[in-house]
Amino acid sequence: MPDRVFRGILRGGGTLVLAIMLLVGGFLTYRAWQALSAARWSFVTTETWEPDGGHFGIAAVLVGTVLIALVAIVFAVPLALGTALYISEFAPPRLRRTLISVVDLMAAVPSVVYGLWGLFFFQGHVVTVARWISTYFGWIPLFEVDGADPRDPLATATVFTSSTFIAGMIVSLMVAPIICSVMREVFSQAPVGEREGAYALGAHRWGMIRSVVLPFGKGGMIGGTMLGLGRALGETIAVYMIISPVFVIQPHILQNGTSSVSSLIALRYGEASDLGMSALMAAGLALFLMTLVVNFAASSIVARSRSGAASDS
Amino acid sequence: MTVTAAQSPPGDPGPGTGPSPAVPPKPPVPATRLPARRPGGGPARPAQQRRNLSTLRATDVYAMVGAGAASLALTWVMFDRLLPFNGALGFLLVAYALFVGLYALLVSFDEDGPAVRDRVAAVVVQSLGLVMLTALAFVVVYTLYEGRDALPHLNFYTQSMADAGPVEPLSVGGILHAIVGTLWQIGIALTLCIPAGLVCAVFLNEVPGAFSRFVRTIVEAMTALPSIVAGLFIYATFILGLGFDRSGLAAALAISVMMLPIIIRAADVVIRLVPGTLREASYALGTSRWRTVWHVVLPTARSGLTTAVILGTARGVGETSPVLLTAGFTAELNTDPFKDPMVSLPLAAFELVKSPEPTYVARGFGTAAVLLVLVLVLFVVARVVGGRGPGRLTRRQEHRRVKASRRDAQRFAVRTPADRQSDRPAPTRSTP
Repeated sequence: MPDRVFRGILRGGGTLVLAIMLLVGGFLTYRAWQALSAARWSFVTTETWEPDGGHFGIAAVLVGTVLIALVAIVFAVPLALGTALYISEFAPPRLRRTLISVVDLMAAVPSVVYGLWGLFFFQGHVVTVARWISTYFGWIPLFEVDGADPRDPLATATVFTSSTFIAGMIVSLMVAPIICSVMREVFSQAPVGEREGAYALGAHRWGMIRSVVLPFGKGGMIGGTMLGLGRALGETIAVYMIISPVFVIQPHILQNGTSSVSSLIALRYGEASDLGMSALMAAGLALFLMTLVVNFAASSIVARSRSGAASDS
Repeated sequence: MTVTAAQSPPGDPGPGTGPSPAVPPKPPVPATRLPARRPGGGPARPAQQRRNLSTLRATDVYAMVGAGAASLALTWVMFDRLLPFNGALGFLLVAYALFVGLYALLVSFDEDGPAVRDRVAAVVVQSLGLVMLTALAFVVVYTLYEGRDALPHLNFYTQSMADAGPVEPLSVGGILHAIVGTLWQIGIALTLCIPAGLVCAVFLNEVPGAFSRFVRTIVEAMTALPSIVAGLFIYATFILGLGFDRSGLAAALAISVMMLPIIIRAADVVIRLVPGTLREASYALGTSRWRTVWHVVLPTARSGLTTAVILGTARGVGETSPVLLTAGFTAELNTDPFKDPMVSLPLAAFELVKSPEPTYVARGFGTAAVLLVLVLVLFVVARVVGGRGPGRLTRRQEHRRVKASRRDAQRFAVRTPADRQSDRPAPTRSTP
């Protein structure tokens, strides 16, 4: 009898949590519906955000979000890969536990701290790099900056601040620990027998890593990267502190002004009318769906790969 | 590296070990022969040199130092004389690229291709790791350092910002209101999340079936919920929909919506690690289901569950965006979470640094430093509590267990003769 009560309590708890989760998702969809049915397909193609004038869409913010996340991934993956390899293959065993804790701690540092650091310290230093890239690689459309004249020695650096590039680099520091801990986990599971086999065939350490550890950890590397991507897409405060919002598609990643879905919500929620709220909900729903797809793809890749499966040796 | 076998010193076969020439040769009997000790005990052998087992060779060090010096010099020439480059960061990047190239060149003078690639890869991997760990240390140290103006003032912890106008010095005003707000919000969020999260995690593991699989999928999906969307949800339902004010309670609800899936997922993983044999042993003793969970599963996973909750708390404490939408902003101390705006530490830091006043920015950094220290402390506590797998005990716990079992043994020893004297038949018990 108490067993049946117990099982009932457990089932009730599970159902309650499920109900809360479905409520969040369902409510988002329900409230977003009003805006979506008003805007229809133009919601995906419009760049401006004027819900009260009937003109709103997520083309600009979505592109901004994706670009920031991509910049973040481009910087975070080499850092995370190097750190994961260093911890699992190169670091002295005594240091290993400490390093793992440090990386985990880095994942727990609040995003507002990263934002402060980026705004007050990092931005001032990285602007010179941005200027250098735009001076020498400005002919690539991605690195082009309107209004920057490399021959003008007195030009201010303000066209290079608050850009996708800088926001992405800050976010990369926030997602790198997450990627790193997934990668380290799978690298450390690479079978010892195969490692020793590679050494016995005369491989150097790097040869062993390339022929055993990296192929074994491939699923974990891809999955970890996608987990980091999901996190980078939803990052709010650090991005909101860095960027200066514009509502046009901004493909020039070095140039001042960009936008992201989450900073759009943080910026506009206070003044939103009923339809504006609904439109913000729709934007949030789009963001949620995007991170959801990325996360599920990541977890299915990690689960299906050989990583984590024991080998015969 | 080649290691040759140690050679026995020549001319020391030991006296009397060889066969004498008068005896016809026999097939040698395999035996272990020890070199006889010389009388007097003097060291007759040439002193053996201790072999150097280190993998670091002098040429490696030379190549490293040489490449470093050459790259610094070349970069200096480039930056100072030849090219219109400037900036410390650019200097570092160029110097590093040159260093890797020159190091590869130097190593290639006396190694083959794979060895060169090995060295270069080792350098790149180690420097990437170093960059990332330095970046973390730097972010933490920078925040603490910038908070140095505000942190030493005692009033920073005991006053609110109500009396501190834009021109007041740092000796007036503080962040007591934010500290109180954070404690209230995270306290409410934890009282909601811990029971719900643990019950749900136990449910996922103890009641297997299609329904719990579905719940697990949904929970995993909700970990992808961006925190700002959680805030937006509470803003739209609780504040706009139900007509409540912005308050600490609303912020706590938003944090709970964000934290609950994280805690469930971490607790689920920990409970899954409890060995099945322990559960089976418990069932084999005829224990009911809930007693097994209460007395076996949860105690075994206790340290891991604590870690899950603490790490979830660390995430929740530092989250700004849900609070930004739901808590409102105030400079006054508010101890009632059910009405009026209530600010929290990350939100206060965020709002303070937006001001152009240098004293406000200093206070913002001080707030961020306090928040960072709070997260660090939570993290260290989590490591200390949960560094062990399920079922591993600390030394003190082990000691307590040993003492308890010794007491049990004594109890049995006292009882057994008494049972024998009474000479009753053993009571039979039907299994339930």
